[in-house]
Amino acid sequence: MTDDRAHPETDLACIEEVELITDYLEGVLPAADVRRLEAHVEMCPGCTEYLAQMRSIAGGLGALREESIPPELRRALLASFRERRP
Amino acid sequence: MPEPRDEHLTAALRDGDERAFATLVDLHTPAMLRVAMAYVPSRAVAEEVVQETWIAVMRGIDDFEGRSSLKTWIFRILANVAMRGGSRERRSVPFAALAAAEDTGEPTVDPDRFLPPDHELFPGHWAIAPARWPTPEEGLLAGETRGVIAAAIEALPKAQRTVLSLRDVEGWSSEEVCEALEISAGNQRILLHRARTRVREAIEEYLGATEDVTGELVPDTAQQDPT
Repeated sequence: MTDDRAHPETDLACIEEVELITDYLEGVLPAADVRRLEAHVEMCPGCTEYLAQMRSIAGGLGALREESIPPELRRALLASFRERRP
Repeated sequence: MPEPRDEHLTAALRDGDERAFATLVDLHTPAMLRVAMAYVPSRAVAEEVVQETWIAVMRGIDDFEGRSSLKTWIFRILANVAMRGGSRERRSVPFAALAAAEDTGEPTVDPDRFLPPDHELFPGHWAIAPARWPTPEEGLLAGETRGVIAAAIEALPKAQRTVLSLRDVEGWSSEEVCEALEISAGNQRILLHRARTRVREAIEEYLGATEDVTGELVPDTAQQDPT
């Protein structure tokens, strides 16, 4: 594996990295930026954590899903459906 | 719960199948309430909007052509109902306007967390870095952080809260969110980014999971001293 640390122009500062994370996770970051970001994260413990944390939030909050509907609202909806039934 | 197929549901609704209607109501109403809350000032008005939306769905189901998914179609109707102004305290602000107002263009992470741009060795690198979260096996939502996350989401500005809820709680795709809220992919990402960043920050604050790394960032003569 090559070490790009000697080429600061390919490096990314953490302050820039944090703003690119969502584009990265969404898969819309240009390939060159993906390489810079991944190279940076690989050698930066802070950004490694940051990325892991953002990843755990992304799509990971399904357990907060509210399954219940106010019972009165549900009753009212089903009643109006019944009224309209062909 | 896997989502029932649109064609079956549409056909069943047209036939007046109450069970199919109930399935659809149970499936979408929680998210509809969340989206409606973006447009109107109170939970009560949001419930009213949702109710009117379902009535419009029943009325319009015969005209549904299946060019979008049934879900997208329902949420488009919801947006129209919410925006119609109506007699009450409805507000007719398109979601895109709400979104634009929330995009301040400011950095999402406090610049004080980083070394200054003129730092000799590590400009823009973490000064106060994120530290590992003691996440239980069951994930972030298993313990007390669940309440912290829920509160952080509630505290988000409306457009951000809506986008994050649909993407990360309801599990919608970005395309579905853009279609339902009539916003561009770019706007959707900006809102999502700001929202996720804030939620992350709230968890971090609660866990106290930061680490001052400025001591480690010194010239390499002092680094990795093997003792």
